[in-house]
Amino acid sequence: MPLKEIASFNVKHLSILDENGQWDEDLDPKLSDDDLIKLYRAMVKGREADQRMLKMQRQGRLGTFPPTTGHEAVICGATFATRDDDWLVGSYREMPGRLMRGEPLERTLHYYNGREEGSALSAAHHLMPIQVILGSQLPHAVGMAYAMRYKGEQGRAVVCFFGDGASSQGDFHEALNFASVWQAPVVFVCQNNQWAISVPLACQTRSQTIAQKAIAYQIPCIQVDGNDALATYKATKDALDRARSGGGPTLIEMVTYRLIMHTTADDPSKYRSADEEKTWWDKDPIPRLFHHLKKIGVWDDQKQALLEEDVKNEVNQAVKNFESEVDFKPDAPFDHVFETPSAALEEQRALFLSNLRDSNNA
Amino acid sequence: MPKLNMVQAINLALRQEMAKDKNVLVLGEDVGKDGGVFRVTDGLLDQFGSARVIDTPLAESAIMGAAFGMSILGLRPVAEIQFSGFAFLILPQLEGNASRIRARSQGTMSAPMVVRMPYGGGVRALEHHSESREATFAHLPGVKVVIPSGPRNARALLVAAIRDPDPVVFMEPKHIYRAFKQEVPEAEEVGIIGQAEVVKPGEDITIISWGAMLRPTLKAVEALEAKRAARVEVIDLLTMSPIDARTITESVKKTGRCVIVQEAPKTLSMSSEIIALINDKALLYLEAPVKRVTHFDVITPYFGRENLFLPNPDQIEAALIETLDF
Repeated sequence: MPLKEIASFNVKHLSILDENGQWDEDLDPKLSDDDLIKLYRAMVKGREADQRMLKMQRQGRLGTFPPTTGHEAVICGATFATRDDDWLVGSYREMPGRLMRGEPLERTLHYYNGREEGSALSAAHHLMPIQVILGSQLPHAVGMAYAMRYKGEQGRAVVCFFGDGASSQGDFHEALNFASVWQAPVVFVCQNNQWAISVPLACQTRSQTIAQKAIAYQIPCIQVDGNDALATYKATKDALDRARSGGGPTLIEMVTYRLIMHTTADDPSKYRSADEEKTWWDKDPIPRLFHHLKKIGVWDDQKQALLEEDVKNEVNQAVKNFESEVDFKPDAPFDHVFETPSAALEEQRALFLSNLRDSNNA
Repeated sequence: MPKLNMVQAINLALRQEMAKDKNVLVLGEDVGKDGGVFRVTDGLLDQFGSARVIDTPLAESAIMGAAFGMSILGLRPVAEIQFSGFAFLILPQLEGNASRIRARSQGTMSAPMVVRMPYGGGVRALEHHSESREATFAHLPGVKVVIPSGPRNARALLVAAIRDPDPVVFMEPKHIYRAFKQEVPEAEEVGIIGQAEVVKPGEDITIISWGAMLRPTLKAVEALEAKRAARVEVIDLLTMSPIDARTITESVKKTGRCVIVQEAPKTLSMSSEIIALINDKALLYLEAPVKRVTHFDVITPYFGRENLFLPNPDQIEAALIETLDF
């Protein structure tokens, strides 16, 4: 019997606005001028907040955190495609998207200042709190998507972010498989920044793309230029439309680059070259969109100056609020083990508080 | 009152809770058409449909993670892990997320979910099908761990677990799934998580056990009391975490002597914790060291040797006598 080809697959790459300013008008998502400005503004604000946090961390005013510089088109483009009642299930590199959802920057600052209070408003914005175990959030997104459909919330969906490193985890594969079997309304967005701390993508996987891993699970997939906000928006919007109308999950690989360190605790010069970083700074998603908006006549230098002033003020205000908020209940951890603390916990709380009084009196 | 075995009693709890609350659903491997490998979920698929009785792909971490996601949005999933030996695959999700979401969100989110799993030896099964690892789960802050000892309390405690606002690991002693029947009322009965039960009052010595070990314990007590005038107080622990320190303490203060029987290995186990607790709360009442009858700190042997390693009534009776005569 001759061998027969019984299945064949392909992976598409979407790019709408490239680093040279080439623009594919046919593929353009045709956002209104207002929307384009909102999306651009979110990216600029994300960058400003990130750079400010970096300074604060270096000054000892903030703990270790994972910067988002370079990821703005991925996070903001994808988030801009969601509705406010869609859940965003992220890992820890989605700060600009959290701001877009209305979670105050102060909350992120509290979080990276070592206080769980940073996540206390997340649910109100349909954001899962920051989740640190790589890939662990993907099954959550699938369960949440299942719950939405089960409860008859037609048209709602979940967008789940994770990185290239997380695509090696079992939970990534288990979640994609579950999502496919359940045809759950979930969009998986891989922020492929090509470096898992010091491990380059080539050591992470031999697959030509991360997108293609979806094919094994019969899930539609696409690879997108992750520094092209028009493309990240469009791919997410298309995937969400499919999810909302009962078409099941999608995996979108967004190829971007972490322009600075993994967290403030590492030094990228130890594992990658300045030349490589330089080539990616040339693809920086923010100037790319800036020039485009200017070219199509919705933006100019004066508006840019005003915007920069504006986001600086907003970030300043958030930092001021963060540093003036002192309400901090030391024994809060006892409140949040169970809905009602057990007798043993109350006993331990009493000891904790008495230790605290003793050390305050000492 | 109908007489049910533990499998039927757990099935009754699931059926009634699902009928009562649309947010309750079950998921796991073979829970649908097959009704679970022990038939605990038998008939639920026909009654409630495949959206609520979900035969999942074979992946414990995703079963746990997806159930967690469901619970975040207000469902009350009851996930089945086919055997507790495979439950180590749920630990990253249980420890990493379900146990923490309340703390992580400062009380604004919670994971009201149950993970059921058959555990323990005595059914002549293959490797990974006979372990008692309750202490592993009880060690995790934010997780409640319940082990019933018979059909009636299994039913009542599972109802309580499903309604509990926090994640509950519900470990079912499979050795006694069908070993005996008890009268289980059709009418609702809700157990209290965190409460041990004094199964039999006594004044001279306390014996504490749980799960499948309660029966050999009662047998030993019966044998002992037939021979001696001593009156033994028997405590069925029922909840591993949060542990009922009060019932244990009150009993030990009264009797001054205590024996603990467990199917689990000895080191860093529930019995270790109970001894520490007695040390904290009732040390000066003790007339004798607290004695333990446990499994050994060995990899659970296959069933060819299994019974040599499980506590039996003779060993338990000997421990009682030794502690009484100290």
